[in-house]
Amino acid sequence: MQNKTLVAVAAGLGLVALSACGTTDGKDSGAASKTVTVVSHDSWAVSKNVIKDFEKSSGYKVRVLKDGDAGQAVNKAILTKDHPQGDVLFGVDNTLLSRALDNGLFQPYEAKGLGQVDPAHQLDADKHRVTPVDYGDICVNYDKAYFSAHKLTPPQTFADLAKPAYKNLLVTENAATSSPGLGFLLGSAARFGDTGWQGYWKKLEANGVKVVDGWEQAYYQEFSGSSEGKKAGGDRPLVVSYASSPPAEVIYATKRPSTAPTGVSNGTCFRQTEFAGLLDNARNTKGGKAFIDFLLTREFQQDMPLNMFVYPVVKGAKVPAEFTEYGPAAEKPATMAPAEIAANRDQWVKAWTSLVLK
Amino acid sequence: MALPAAFFAVFFAWPVAAIVTRGLRTDGAWRFGRIADVVTQPGIRHVLWFTTWQALASTALTLLLALPAAYVFARLDFPGKRILRAVVTVPFVLPTVVVGSAFLALVGRGGLLDELWGVRLDTTVWAILAAHVFFNYAVVVRTVGGLWAQLDPRQEQAARMLGASAARAWRKITLPALVPAVAAAALMVFLFTFTSFGVVQILGGPTFSTLEVEIYRETSEVFDLATAAVLTLVQFAAVGAILAVHAWTVRRRETALRLVDASGTARRPRGAGQWTLLAGVLLTVALLLVLPLAVLVRRSLDAPGLGYYRALTETDGGTFLMAPLHAVWTSLEYAVAATAIAVLIGGLAAAALARRDAGRLVRGFDALLMLPLGVSAVTVGFGFLIALDKPPLDLRESWILVPLAQALVGAPFVVRTMLPVLRAVDGRLREAAAVLGASPWRVWREVDLPLVRRALLVAAGFAFAVSLGEFGATVFIARPDNPTLPVAVARLLSRPGDLNYGQAMALSTILMVVCAAALLVLERLRTDRTGEF
Repeated sequence: MQNKTLVAVAAGLGLVALSACGTTDGKDSGAASKTVTVVSHDSWAVSKNVIKDFEKSSGYKVRVLKDGDAGQAVNKAILTKDHPQGDVLFGVDNTLLSRALDNGLFQPYEAKGLGQVDPAHQLDADKHRVTPVDYGDICVNYDKAYFSAHKLTPPQTFADLAKPAYKNLLVTENAATSSPGLGFLLGSAARFGDTGWQGYWKKLEANGVKVVDGWEQAYYQEFSGSSEGKKAGGDRPLVVSYASSPPAEVIYATKRPSTAPTGVSNGTCFRQTEFAGLLDNARNTKGGKAFIDFLLTREFQQDMPLNMFVYPVVKGAKVPAEFTEYGPAAEKPATMAPAEIAANRDQWVKAWTSLVLK
Repeated sequence: MALPAAFFAVFFAWPVAAIVTRGLRTDGAWRFGRIADVVTQPGIRHVLWFTTWQALASTALTLLLALPAAYVFARLDFPGKRILRAVVTVPFVLPTVVVGSAFLALVGRGGLLDELWGVRLDTTVWAILAAHVFFNYAVVVRTVGGLWAQLDPRQEQAARMLGASAARAWRKITLPALVPAVAAAALMVFLFTFTSFGVVQILGGPTFSTLEVEIYRETSEVFDLATAAVLTLVQFAAVGAILAVHAWTVRRRETALRLVDASGTARRPRGAGQWTLLAGVLLTVALLLVLPLAVLVRRSLDAPGLGYYRALTETDGGTFLMAPLHAVWTSLEYAVAATAIAVLIGGLAAAALARRDAGRLVRGFDALLMLPLGVSAVTVGFGFLIALDKPPLDLRESWILVPLAQALVGAPFVVRTMLPVLRAVDGRLREAAAVLGASPWRVWREVDLPLVRRALLVAAGFAFAVSLGEFGATVFIARPDNPTLPVAVARLLSRPGDLNYGQAMALSTILMVVCAAALLVLERLRTDRTGEF
C-alpha cells in the first residue's frame, strides 16, 4: 500500500513538473506579440547585426526554428497547420510551392517592396500568399584543372552531357532523396519535355552517369574539383551542384585561392526560387508581416548571398564580388511552373528511379 | 509503475498513434485497405526482403567477430583492459552521421583501402555490414562477456577433472549457460540492424533501402503519410515480435544461473592458444573499430595548426548564430536533462519490474519500454509535433522536447542495467528493515540505494552517452536555434568548402572524445554484476 502512495506522489510530482513546462510556454505565447517566430530549414543563415537592426527598428524579437531540409520544413508546417509552430515560413521553393499552397498553408499578404522584385520570380502574383525572397541555380559544376589538363572544353548544355567526349565524367544525386538531384531531373524534363526526358536519361546512362544518394557524397567524394573531393581522389570532373558552389570553394578554403577551382556549365541550370509566407493561424500576424517586409529590404537582400549562397530577388541589390566573379547566376536557366512540378513530380521520380537505378 | 507508464503513454504511444492515425484515416473513415495495397507493392516487398536479410547477415557477422572478444574480456586479464572496453563501446553511442563519414573516408573513394589495394566498398552491402558490426560489437561483448565473466570457472574445471575433454566440458557446461545471453545479444543486434537508418542512408547509396529509410522517405520527401503509416505498423509488428522473444530469453537467463564475482574469474593469458586469441581480438578491434575513428581524427587535423578546431570557436556570421563549439555545451545540457528523465523513468520502471509479485502485465511492460528503440525517429518526431501541440501539453517550442525524446531512447538502457541488479537485492533485507520500523522511504535509502548506487551511476552514464550521440529524434524535433553536436556536424557536412568539412570532422572528434571520457568513467564504476550494457 505504502509503495503505491510513493508512486502516486512521484507521478503527481511528474505531472506538476510537466504542467510547469506548459505554463512557461504559456508565458512565452503571452509575450508573442513582441516575438516573431520564423520556421525555416537548416540552411537559414543571416548576419547577427542585420537581425539586430530589424529587432531595433521594429521592436520585435526574432526566433528562428530551423528544421531539417526544405521538404521537411514544409511537411511539418502542413502537419501543424492548425497550431503553427511560428508566424512565418521561410524556405518553400518552387518545387514544393504547390504542395504548400494546395494545403492552404499561408494567408495572403502583399509585402512592401514587392514592386522591386522581378515579376519572373513572382509565382503567386495574383494572391500574394507567398513572397519571393531569393533564387539559386542547380547546375553542373566542372573541375577546371581536369578540363585544361585534357585540353577539353567543359560541357555547356544538357545535350553536351550525353556526348561521347564526356563519357563517365558526370556524377549526380538520387532524385528521390536529394534536392539538387531532383532539380537536375526537373531541369532535364523542362528542357526535353514530358516525353523526351526519359530518352535523354537513357543516353546519360549509356554515357556512364553515376548516381549517388546525396549531395555530400557526390560533391565531397566523387567530384574531383572540390578540395575535399581532390583529397578523396574523386575522379568525376562533373557534378550536379549549385551555381554558387564555386564562390563557396573560394570563401571556405583554408587558404584562399586567387581564382575558383571550379566553374559552372551555364546551359545545365535549373532555377529554384525560395519564398516566405505568413502562416495561416499565425499568432503574431503583425510581426510576421513586418518580418516579410524586412526580407525584401536591401539590407537583408545584400546580406543573404554570403550566408545562404543564393542570389537576391530585389532589383539593384548588390551582389558580393565573389559571386559576380566566380559564380554568376545562369542567364537562361530551365524553369517549370510549380503546378506542373506538383502534377508530375512523384511519377517522374518513380519513372526515373526504375530507369536509372534499377 | 504509474509514472513510467504515463510517461510512455504521453511521450511515445500517443504521438505515434496520432501520426499513424493521421495517415490511415481520411474524412473520418479508416482506410485499412491501404495496408494490403502497400504491402503487396513489389518495391515495398523488396525493401522488406532487404531489411530482413541484411539484418540477419549483420547479426551473424557481429556474433562471429565479437564472441571471441567476449571470451577475452571475460576470461583474460591484461593491461589496458578497461580502456579497451571503453574503446569498443564508443562506436555504439556515436551518431550515424559521424560513423558514416568515417566509413566513407575508410572504404569510400580515396579511402585507406582504395589507396592500398584499390578496393572500394561504398554503395555495396559490405560497407553496410561492416558499419553494423562496428556499431554493435559492444552489444555482444558487453552482454555475453558480462555474463561469461560471472560464470564460475570451477564448474568447467571440475568437469575436466572428471575426465571430460576441454571441448566437451565447454560444450556441456559453459555453452548452455551462455546460450540465453548470446540469444539476447543477437536479438538486440538484429533489432538495431533491422531498424537501421543512417548507415544504410549514407553508405548504401541509392539502391539499398531498409524499412526505416523507406518510412523516412515516404514521410519526409514524398509526404505519403498513408504509406508511411502502413510501413510503421509493419515495422511495429516485426519489432514487437523481436522484443517478445528477447524478453523471453532474458527472463530465462535471469532465473537459472548461479553467478560469481566477475573480478575473480579472469587471469593472465596462458599458452599459445590464448595469446593468439587475444592478439586476434586486438587486431579485429584495431582494424574494425579504431581505424575508422582514427581516419576521422586524422582528417580533422588536416589544416595546419589545428585550424579546423580553431575555426569552431568563431561565428561565421550565419550558418550558426553561435560558434559551432557552442554545440558542445548545448549537447551536454540536453544530455544532463535527458539522463535525469531517463534515470527517473527507467529506474521506477525497473523497480516495478523487479518486484517478485510483478504480474504478466507488468512484465509485458518491460518489452513495451524497449519499443522506442525500434520505432522510426521520424515517426516519433512528427508524432510529437501533432500530438503535443495543445495546452496543457504544448511542448513544440519548448527545449524540453529534445531531452524528452532522447530519454525515450535512454530509458530502455537504464531498465536493462538496473533490472538484474535490483532483482538480486534480497527481499528479506527490506522486510527486516520494515519490521524494525523503517518507513518505505527509509528502506529504500538504507537498503536499496547503497546496493544499486553503482548500477544507477552506470545506467546514468550510459543514458548520458546515448543522449549525447542521439541524432534521429533530435533532428526532427522543433528546437530553438541551438543545434546539438550531431546536428551541428550534419549541418556542416551539408555545405561546400573544405573548412566546413574539416570543422565537421573536428566536431565529430570532440564528440567522440566526450563519449569516450564518459564511458571511461563508467568503467571505473562497473559493478561486479552490471546488467546487459
